Amino acid sequence: METAELTQEDLFQQRIDADERIEPKDWMPDAYRKTLIRQISQHAHSEIVGMLPEGNWITRAPTLKRKSILLAKVQDEAGHGLYLYSAAETLGASRDQMLADLHAGKAKYSSIFNYPTLSWADIGCVGWLVDGAAILNQVPLCRTSYGPYARAMVRVCKEESFHQRQGFEIMQTLCEGAPEQKAMAQEALNRWWWPTLMMFGPKDEASPNTARSMQWRIKRFTNDELRQKFVDMMVPQAEFLGLTVPDEKVQWNEAKKGYDFGDVNWEEFWQVVNGHGLCNHDRLQARVEAWEEGAWVRDAALAHAKKRAARAHV
Amino acid sequence: MDQKEWPLWEVFIRSKQGLDHKHVGSLHAADAAMALQNARDVYTRRMEGVSIWVVESQHIHASNPDDAAAFFDPANDKVYRHPTFYEVPDSIKHM
Repeated sequence: METAELTQEDLFQQRIDADERIEPKDWMPDAYRKTLIRQISQHAHSEIVGMLPEGNWITRAPTLKRKSILLAKVQDEAGHGLYLYSAAETLGASRDQMLADLHAGKAKYSSIFNYPTLSWADIGCVGWLVDGAAILNQVPLCRTSYGPYARAMVRVCKEESFHQRQGFEIMQTLCEGAPEQKAMAQEALNRWWWPTLMMFGPKDEASPNTARSMQWRIKRFTNDELRQKFVDMMVPQAEFLGLTVPDEKVQWNEAKKGYDFGDVNWEEFWQVVNGHGLCNHDRLQARVEAWEEGAWVRDAALAHAKKRAARAHV
Repeated sequence: MDQKEWPLWEVFIRSKQGLDHKHVGSLHAADAAMALQNARDVYTRRMEGVSIWVVESQHIHASNPDDAAAFFDPANDKVYRHPTFYEVPDSIKHM
């Protein structure tokens, strides 16, 4: 530093380093605000788009119990999206603008939701693997530096663990059932394993923003660290179920006290991120349709509220 | 695409009888009745509340964090407001 005088940015970093929380009206660097708006809104979009692959199975759930559970889970995802949108709004982002960006294809959401849910076992995998991966990402975010984001994540994490457990239970039930059911579980694992590993994002050396995000404590572990944790957590669970993870390179490495595993197909990852996955088109179309078909409801509710307010003031 | 947003509301929840309402987040709704129903669905799906307040966000006035030092200064030098300021002889009980 050239002078002993601290800039506003230095003071900000000092607060972060002291593990202080930043609140909406506090001074913050523009880049911190922008990065957070992008990260939180992407996260919110993922929750909302994430309702689609599971919503697809509500009418076809095998029992009333499973249907009630799935309904509650999808409703939670809607809630998570809403917690997160409201956290992003505290940074000055507008809800309508965030939705417009999603609908125009400008905003990203988790690439995992561009894969189809073909069988009931896929719903098991979404809960067990996808929510398992999401939890690993989200638990450290409960201590993220931005207060409203951290508080939203605390609520999300409390609710998410039921999601993972219900998914595991679906898988366990299938694995203890008929051979056809167990085969269905294995096929679903084969389909979801690699896309789930992609959820943690590009390799650390291909993730240029990681260093700054970690310095700001809006990210607390690197992509590769979380991916390793996930594999270490999931391989034994798959073994318990009697299923095989579709990666021949998975092997316990005593030296690093973790599993070695194969490399993700990054070409596929970037294709899906850039809009060319199996369901990108359908997912966006479903969101846009829901928004457009709901327009008259939003307008009517607002007109009704205005009319009542006008009458009350007579 | 239309950009007619419903107003923003702040949500406060009493988690059980005997406790204060506490701010939990915000949501959009056309009017107060809808804000209460949405708050119930968004923030109390697991019996987190027995009572909800909603206030339109535009009606909340907040102190400015940049002025916090000066604003809260009057309380800063009044240690005698705390019981620990006073020395109580060891032989004195129940104080």
